Amino acid sequence: MALQAIAFYLLAAVTIAAGFGVVSARNPVHSVLFLILAFFSAAGLFVLMGAEFLAMLLVVVYVGAVAVLFLFVVMMLDVDFTALRQGFARSMPLGAAVAGILAFEMVAVSAVVANRGAASDSKGPLASTPDAPNAEMIGRVLYTDYVYFFQAAGLVLLVAMIGAIVLTLRHKPGVKRQVIADQVARTPDSGMRVVSVKPGEGIQE
Amino acid sequence: MIIGLAHYLAVAAILFTIGVFGIFVNRKNIIVILMSIELILLAVNINFVAFSAYLHNVIGQIFAMFILTVAAAEAAVGLAILVTFFRNRGDIAVDDASVMKG
Repeated sequence: MALQAIAFYLLAAVTIAAGFGVVSARNPVHSVLFLILAFFSAAGLFVLMGAEFLAMLLVVVYVGAVAVLFLFVVMMLDVDFTALRQGFARSMPLGAAVAGILAFEMVAVSAVVANRGAASDSKGPLASTPDAPNAEMIGRVLYTDYVYFFQAAGLVLLVAMIGAIVLTLRHKPGVKRQVIADQVARTPDSGMRVVSVKPGEGIQE
Repeated sequence: MIIGLAHYLAVAAILFTIGVFGIFVNRKNIIVILMSIELILLAVNINFVAFSAYLHNVIGQIFAMFILTVAAAEAAVGLAILVTFFRNRGDIAVDDASVMKG
């Protein structure tokens, strides 16, 4: 039990510190790296709660895809990031005040919910049973009761993928491309010409 | 020392607050704003998984999965819009984004 507490406090501290690093780093590349660290340690928290499937999903989807996408965009855009940081110190006091009040309220509500809510008499986290691992438990519910929502999630991803491609695709003028339709639609008439050449004259073109 | 539900909820609350704080202080830098939104969604996911684990009900984790999906889609489309905006204006200052209106 003590080991679990140590792991929790370590992971929670790293998560929060990395989250703070995301919003306060001077260089956006560092922000992205802090974001990856935050997601990694949050995945550790998920493992601690027994939700191994979601932890692995977090690592694969966020660290593998979303964070790398952020990294690409940050490195691809040639932007003066110091100019974007002006106003940081000016909006700091108001932001800190709002954040402090919000954090206090949310932590207080969490404590009340945890002590008096439906989960107050819970013996501890249980995300899997010995006869059904966590991934199997999720699969049994996801592919039966929530199968339409699962399909809808796939549709959301499809629309997002098409949207991202449509937004960023551009055709440069003056670049020669292979157009399959034009190649297939060619006939012998458009492809070649029969010229009768008179002897000794050649072809004037 | 037993780690209870309140501990996880407190971590999620602090992470959510950091996300809101990030949106406040980085109003000009839309990339950091998008990352702050990711942090907020991560905090929501921690809440969902914590309640799911402590209430012994797996449906919370399924909701967390859907949130993950929507967050990934949002990041992809948001960054695509950002790249298009940068191509059109050569800058990503979101103060000037109001010129798109009308």
